Amino acid sequence: MTARDQILGNVRKALNRAAGQPPLFEAAPLPAPTLRIPRSDRSLYADLFVQKFEALGGKSFRVRDTAAVILAIADLLAQKSAVASNSPFLRKCGITGLPQVHAGFTEREDLKQACATCDIGITSVDYALAATGSFVMLSSHNEPRLVSLLPPAHIAIFPRSLILANLDELLSILPRPADQTSSMVLITGPSRTADIEQILVRGVHGPGEIYAVIVESE
Amino acid sequence: MKTPEADIQQAINDPRLQLAIYTATGRLIDHRAAVVSAEALPDYQALRNEANAIKKHTIENLDYYLEQLESNMIAHGGKVIFCRNGEEAADFVLDLAKKRDLHMLVKSKSMTSEEIHFNERLERHHLEAIETDLGEYILQLAHQRPYHIVAPALHLTRYDVADVFSKELGVEKEVVIEKQTKLARGVLRQKFLEAGIGVSGANFLIADSGAIVVVENEGNARLSTSAPKIHIAIAGIEKVIPRAQDLAVFLNLLGRSATGQPLTVYTSFLSGPRRDNEIDGPDEFYLLLLDNSRTKLLADPEKRQSLYCIRCGACLNHCPVYRKIGGHNYPWVYSGPIGAIITPQFHGVNQDTWLPFASSLCGACAEVCPVKIEIPKLLLKLREEVVEVKRRQDSDGMERFAFQLFAWIATHPKIYLLLASLGSIFFPLAPRIGPLKKWASQRTLPEPAKQSFHQWWADRKGGQ
Repeated sequence: MTARDQILGNVRKALNRAAGQPPLFEAAPLPAPTLRIPRSDRSLYADLFVQKFEALGGKSFRVRDTAAVILAIADLLAQKSAVASNSPFLRKCGITGLPQVHAGFTEREDLKQACATCDIGITSVDYALAATGSFVMLSSHNEPRLVSLLPPAHIAIFPRSLILANLDELLSILPRPADQTSSMVLITGPSRTADIEQILVRGVHGPGEIYAVIVESE
Repeated sequence: MKTPEADIQQAINDPRLQLAIYTATGRLIDHRAAVVSAEALPDYQALRNEANAIKKHTIENLDYYLEQLESNMIAHGGKVIFCRNGEEAADFVLDLAKKRDLHMLVKSKSMTSEEIHFNERLERHHLEAIETDLGEYILQLAHQRPYHIVAPALHLTRYDVADVFSKELGVEKEVVIEKQTKLARGVLRQKFLEAGIGVSGANFLIADSGAIVVVENEGNARLSTSAPKIHIAIAGIEKVIPRAQDLAVFLNLLGRSATGQPLTVYTSFLSGPRRDNEIDGPDEFYLLLLDNSRTKLLADPEKRQSLYCIRCGACLNHCPVYRKIGGHNYPWVYSGPIGAIITPQFHGVNQDTWLPFASSLCGACAEVCPVKIEIPKLLLKLREEVVEVKRRQDSDGMERFAFQLFAWIATHPKIYLLLASLGSIFFPLAPRIGPLKKWASQRTLPEPAKQSFHQWWADRKGGQ
């Protein structure tokens, strides 16, 4: 007997269930998903996001339109090398045209090399969550996984309209994220550890510095 | 095994260790309290009730959700491998590594892999497994097992870490925590980039999505699951929940209960290998579903709630016993109150019979459990079972004789009164001699009343 059949068989025996039997709801009902989405003014989400994001140690910039992005992060990029994702929004902001920004990767090994050597990774986001100050990134051709992960600093540039209330609202919009991507990640603050003496240290494996650039007009 | 009294005594008498445990668990207690208060999370109790109901429903219909998880995972191109025990899980990984000619893998924190001594099994066959969570990495170098479910190196100070790094990595002794962290980052970064296989655990398995969810703070789990070409996830079969939307309940509880974070830094929702339009991510994805005695535990309708555990560690932090004796005095990788209820069920109640008794039954564990496992009730049930096993083995004939003697005395009033009056005379001597000596060494005995109730009743002429 295969391990699979034996384990499923033992489960059924323990629970007194038959193969192929649908779930029973009488003795142990399954509550309907309860998504708690605060009904507040959407225009306040950016303020809340900034407050939560900075409390975690992130730094945020709010700019009027895409034309103002490069100026806002000029100091961060000075003397640094950066790798950018393929997000069309970054192109719109003029990021990919900057001399110190490596962009346009389509091969994994090239991308990995660039991410392992650059100082900064620049991405957009799919959503942001106000209640926790989180970025939500769905892996795709436009947003590979490693750009927000390998470089010691991460800058995310995104339109204000992508800020949702919280995790619950995200799950109401994406009830099954796996339909769209092999990887959805929520990033809530810089990489951190407290494994030695419960003392907080930032940047243990992922980026120790993270920045959010919120474009108000979009 | 008998109670490891000498080891426990040693832990209690070690002021440095006591301070480390007390401070670390105290911080975790404070962090949790701040984010589950009525102001911070008004729906906290409702969330606990929902989490308990979802877990109960899933565990009661576990076969259905496992098959749903499996078929959805396969649809995303992942492979699902059922493993009866640790040997089967390790054999699968060894076999795959051999086929792909790979000799090293990186690993993120997984209690399930600790449970089956995964690394040791691989290393016996010359497949190097490198722990990448900072705490786990330190412990791997120090050849120790985790002290705590969430904070594995909770018992070590920066000076201990300096010794471990200097001895095992051949570096100068460094006691600044930021620099120690940077050192580990440098060593492990290279491993992430070289490794052909990344192994992770899973906090949740999502049946309707064919996905796993991994939460962490450091980024090592993201790296382990994103950089290598093969990702292998190991999870117990009990980790499944029905729907992705159930994460709204569980993620709102897990980080808060564990470390006081509304969300941990990284929450990864992963389903299968990279898709055609994705540039990076693994080419191959395997989910190892581990039984390792879980189905045995499932057979008891009352005790199967132990499988609801989401490994937040809150019961450890709040347990007065854990906070004194520490993690390594528990016989298995799962310590604290949750360890005390699952260890006897995994290993048999005739092993480590002292374990269910290592509790004051104060109920703090049940009060903070985010999925509302009735830990004290299960401890009592297990105590009952231990007593029953001992009775059947007749290993405690003395105890049985004592109770029979007591029953006889108690049903013969004259003898009872005689012995009671003798007892009040000799009682003050008892703590220094005889069977009460040990018991009284930790407690102040009450003074016997000057007058017995029978005497009082007679003096008052029947209470008039």
